[in-house]
Amino acid sequence: MDNTNYEHIPAEKFEFAQLDSEIHDKKLETKSRGYFADAFLRFRKNQSSVVAAIIIGLQLLYAIIAPIISPYSVFDKDNIYKNYPPFVESIANLGIGILDGGVVHASQNEASLAYWNAIGEETGMNPVIGIVGTDTTITRIRGKDTEVTTYRLKTNKYYETGIMYRVFSYEDFEKIQQYQNETGIQIIYPYVEPADIEGISDNPNIWYKVTDSKGTPERDANGNLIPAYSTKKSIEGAEYNSIRIPGDDGSYIYSVMKSGSVQCRVCYYNYYRYMNGRKPTYIFGTNSVGQDLFCAIGVGARFSIIFAILVSAINLTIGAIYGAIQGYYGGTIDLVMDRICDILANVPFIVVATLFQLHLAPKVGVVPSFLFAFVLTGWIGMAGLTRKQFYRFKSQEFVLAARTLGASDWRLMFKHVFPNSLGTIITSCALVIPGVISSETTMTYLGIINISDFAGTSIGTLMSQGQTSMTVSPHAMFFPALFFSLLLISFNLFGNGLRDAFNPSTRGVDD
Amino acid sequence: MVKYAAQRILLMLMTLLIITAMCFVLVRMLPPVELPLNDPHTQVIEARREAQGYNKPYIVQFGIFLKNVFTKWDWGVSDKLYLGQDVADIFMQKLPATMVVNLYSIILSIPIGIALGIFAALKKNTWIDHTISTLTMLCISVPSFVYAFLIQYFLSFKLGWFPFLMKAGTDYFSWSMFYSMVPVILSLSFGVIAGFTRTTRAELTEVLTSEFMLLARTKGLTRAQATVRHALKNCMVVILPSIFGEFIGILGGALIIEKIFAVPGVGNLYINSINARDYPMFMMLTVFYTTISLAASIVVDISYGFIDPRIRMGSKK
Repeated sequence: MDNTNYEHIPAEKFEFAQLDSEIHDKKLETKSRGYFADAFLRFRKNQSSVVAAIIIGLQLLYAIIAPIISPYSVFDKDNIYKNYPPFVESIANLGIGILDGGVVHASQNEASLAYWNAIGEETGMNPVIGIVGTDTTITRIRGKDTEVTTYRLKTNKYYETGIMYRVFSYEDFEKIQQYQNETGIQIIYPYVEPADIEGISDNPNIWYKVTDSKGTPERDANGNLIPAYSTKKSIEGAEYNSIRIPGDDGSYIYSVMKSGSVQCRVCYYNYYRYMNGRKPTYIFGTNSVGQDLFCAIGVGARFSIIFAILVSAINLTIGAIYGAIQGYYGGTIDLVMDRICDILANVPFIVVATLFQLHLAPKVGVVPSFLFAFVLTGWIGMAGLTRKQFYRFKSQEFVLAARTLGASDWRLMFKHVFPNSLGTIITSCALVIPGVISSETTMTYLGIINISDFAGTSIGTLMSQGQTSMTVSPHAMFFPALFFSLLLISFNLFGNGLRDAFNPSTRGVDD
Repeated sequence: MVKYAAQRILLMLMTLLIITAMCFVLVRMLPPVELPLNDPHTQVIEARREAQGYNKPYIVQFGIFLKNVFTKWDWGVSDKLYLGQDVADIFMQKLPATMVVNLYSIILSIPIGIALGIFAALKKNTWIDHTISTLTMLCISVPSFVYAFLIQYFLSFKLGWFPFLMKAGTDYFSWSMFYSMVPVILSLSFGVIAGFTRTTRAELTEVLTSEFMLLARTKGLTRAQATVRHALKNCMVVILPSIFGEFIGILGGALIIEKIFAVPGVGNLYINSINARDYPMFMMLTVFYTTISLAASIVVDISYGFIDPRIRMGSKK
């Protein structure tokens, strides 16, 4: 027997040892359950994570659907409706206190109440929703204590805008009249000459006779306002052949001449309907640049989520490969690669983002360079995790067995060891996503990165816009902040749930 | 131990040097900021740039930069934000505000955080624990500028208790200054409180189930005695280093909070220097922030060895 060559034994010399022998093992009676099914079962028991998963689902749905169903696009920016509160007319008419475009004006007196009511009287849309409170203050006027009662008045900011001066060309003026005839919506209101209202030329909402230049109304015997509409045909800008307001005997003029065009008093709410073909409907209100927040949050969230998933996927791949090589080979390779990680990990993220922004953005665009910035340092955590898992598993018997059978390094790494660390990696991925969303939002909030040209807006940009106008329109900060916080909280809860499900041994270690 | 510490510090310096070099070259590769014409500072800045070797090879520039920093503490001259002023001087003016605000914040938040953590751990799995854990979870997930908004809106605007922004001036320890700092301190504290609560709770729950606790109770200590003398001592092994780390971190502060409340501090300066492209300022602050994060991690690591003699640093496993 000189057959000592074990290297190349021809395949036909092998034969099965126990092909026909009986197997004495009992067949398993219960259904076997895989790793993922088991994890899923455990995950379902964790109520808060399930709720978080549902909330994430709803938010994803919102991000997909909101920009589609919103009548506005993120590039629609209204010039007048800036920082306007949430408003939907049909719900506002129910008078239940939500979506009514309401803002509260403090320290209003009888005169201002009369002013608001007068707008309602003329346009038929009364801005006054109600008096939410009265304040009584005692002021010393001319050496005498006088009790002054002021109201806190809730008004509809959309109706409150009321009438505005607008200049139209003759054709536009014709078109508006045509629109008025077709729909019966009054856009143009009779002109009031400043001379007839004590010279008030900066407030188009005054249509009644006043007694002083502060706009105190003059009333007739019944306490009604006396219209001050102009009937001077000599200053009329163009022929008006459209619907007239009640009480008009055909003598009121509706426009005045203004160097080749006409100036009118226009009810902005109805003018808006004429311009956009719909009533203003802002479920979350508008922000300081006049975007519809309902749509803008959806657009921002869409970007954030897609970006975060993309970043996590890239980081996961790079980190897993890097960590696998590090952990599998160990020794000097590990040491050198660890040093590289150390250096990269210690550069503050803001520096990376800024430098990439300055160097790369002009060449490849803002978003790709932002993505690179995240990728440059983002994979380190993943690499560390994978490396640890590899150290744990690489000296185990099944790896030795596979090696004995002649598996290559690559096969050992990714076929035998890697699947064991999959659970950890999936879990950390679920926790990486909120981290990416958070830093992305921070960067756009600070204005270091501006992706508005690419995506339209981002949650961070929306929040920084909301921050500047916080006192007048808290909704502009509140809605993006709420959406963003909810997203982060539910992602974190979801991630914790996944971690507990995949690694039951570490349950509750740091939550 | 000393050897280990020395080794770590050397390694840190090396890392710092590499990061500085990388950032330096990347910053110098950008075209220098255009200086305003007809400004008296322009000539000064140009002369300084010449001295810093702006037209020489990068390696020479870096050499000059290091030499200036080490011999004269000269970090260059601001060419956009504070035209013609020394970067290092501006930085030193901004540092106290950041430090004071953060000092107050950690003085407030560390005791509260630890106390809540202990409380939650002792009442584990009751509603108190669940409430504290949930709140901690919320505070950790939500970034600080959201609380800053809530605090500014409700406390400063709706209730009118505090001013909107931090008071200007340099009287950092006066009462009116402290009063105007309250919203800043609160906004900074939430995250720190949550962090300490979480760590303390996790550590303490683990220690409380150890066998030596049972022994302590068996030998006749009351629950309070056992907790204070044995459990707390053990969980301090983890908590104390993070307190040290936190103290180093106060130099860094929080960028966003400083911006929101107009704190005249380093974080605000950093954001401004990035947005205005003031490269020398950016360079110095980058080095500063990198140093802080490196130093904090080293202090945390080394202090483990000092606090708990059982942990031998640097020994081969």
